Amino acid sequence: MLRDITLGQYFPGDTVAHRLDPRTKLALVVLYIVGLFMAKNWISYGLVFLVTIACMAVSHIKPKTLMKGLKPLIIIIVLTAVLNLFYTPGTQIIEGVPMTWEGLKKAFLLVMRILMLISGTFLLTYTTSPIALTDGLEKAMNPLKKLRFPVHEMSMMMSMALRFIPTLTEETDKIMSAQKARGADFETGNLLQRAKALIPILVPLFVSAFRRADELAIAMESRCYHGGEGRTRMKQLKYAARDAVAYLLGILFVAAMVVLRHYGL
Amino acid sequence: MSIIKVEDLSHVYSEGTPFEKTAIHNISLTIPEGEMVGIIGHTGSGKSTFIQHLNGLLKPTSGTITLDGRDIYESKQFTHDVRFRVGLVFQYPEYQLFEETVYKDIAFGPSNMKLSEEEIDERVREAAAFVRVEEELFEKSPLELSGGQKRRVAIAGVIAMRPSVLILDEPTAGLDPGGCQQILQNICEYREKSGSTVILVSHSMDDVARIADRLVVFSKGSILMEGTPEEVFSHPDELTEVGLSVPEPTSIAMALREKGVDLGSAIYTTDQLVSAITRWKGGPVC
Repeated sequence: MLRDITLGQYFPGDTVAHRLDPRTKLALVVLYIVGLFMAKNWISYGLVFLVTIACMAVSHIKPKTLMKGLKPLIIIIVLTAVLNLFYTPGTQIIEGVPMTWEGLKKAFLLVMRILMLISGTFLLTYTTSPIALTDGLEKAMNPLKKLRFPVHEMSMMMSMALRFIPTLTEETDKIMSAQKARGADFETGNLLQRAKALIPILVPLFVSAFRRADELAIAMESRCYHGGEGRTRMKQLKYAARDAVAYLLGILFVAAMVVLRHYGL
Repeated sequence: MSIIKVEDLSHVYSEGTPFEKTAIHNISLTIPEGEMVGIIGHTGSGKSTFIQHLNGLLKPTSGTITLDGRDIYESKQFTHDVRFRVGLVFQYPEYQLFEETVYKDIAFGPSNMKLSEEEIDERVREAAAFVRVEEELFEKSPLELSGGQKRRVAIAGVIAMRPSVLILDEPTAGLDPGGCQQILQNICEYREKSGSTVILVSHSMDDVARIADRLVVFSKGSILMEGTPEEVFSHPDELTEVGLSVPEPTSIAMALREKGVDLGSAIYTTDQLVSAITRWKGGPVC
């Protein structure tokens, strides 16, 4: 069912990872990705792997949960592995078969890179509520205001969109059930028939999305919302000591990666 | 003869994730053919989850459901047929309307049954008549109708499949008193004329008490009480405990009894209360 999608889902909790400032976490993800792309060989990859495991342990995210999120990417991962395995020049593992030892190593490291890249970003969304995330983004993008970029409006739109994903998912679920109760069939038939079967879902969904948007606009206006100017916030983002520690660790990690890369490890 | 038999039904949402939640737990219930059963319970008591099992929309985590003595998961074909034999009207069914015209929308169910044109036409007209949707409305867009009309069109869309069991989830929610009255009346008439079994889900005691033969009270995912309205409403304290209330006339009768005026126990509609008071007044002078 639709509600089983774990991609980018937030898991409430009370670990250090959850309590970190969203800005810190955004910065850490960037540092993590930079570090990951510096990795070249076994030792550097091993370090990134250890860091990933440590982050998972700190945020109490089970490997099983992470694996579930990675499932949709299996095709990409397998494709990467196979292509690298066969198309890297080098010594063949078995005489006559175009698989090489070099290819095997490259395939393994690349797959690890993809897995860790996604795990890192998942850890961010698993431990940060969408609201905190947009708040953090808004704060982080604040300097762009000088360039007349509508930062507040963008983040408001983003948080509203995020806010309505579960609502619309639930609504879709409900409409699907209601139409199934009237004998609608979404699973069989050719492409054209299946596309046609979506009409009974899409029409009511659009009607209700527009109705909701309308109601939301009225509700916001009746509470005097008039954009970001002069708007204060109830929850101020504040850096704590743990954020400083996290930044430090992040920078140390990148530094270590630079050193490792320099020595080609 | 029982038409639906539920045994040890349990349902757990999002099993194996941190969001795991047991919605209903070990429910066993028999629904006799031709009865009007009222299911009442507080929000979140599992009644909506329960009814979605009866036509195979939700698969039970454990337990069985039989329709006319056959397990609804007996074969794929039968599970498909169950959708048509157990008609389910969801909460706020007007949000599921999608066709260009009222007529086409009512015809959606029957056309999924692959019936002939004439058969569909006959069923649409019959269903519309049950809920008093006039034929002038047939060519209108469902979005142009009033709230009460939309709701009746949506109910007609399910009735048009001629289900042997009709389930309605909160059919009167969000309607004005006039609209409520009309829908309940339509349902009663439909049941009389078609002789089919009707299950009415509601949190409003007054609605259900008036028309149901039997009541099932849900609380926290299991059945708290089951019986005739009389039996159920004779336990007002237990009902209040789970956040439900007895119908107004019943509480008036109970208050009167405390003052020493015994009107008898079977009072749960305004009519019954009025006639009981009249009887009491005309009775022996004290």
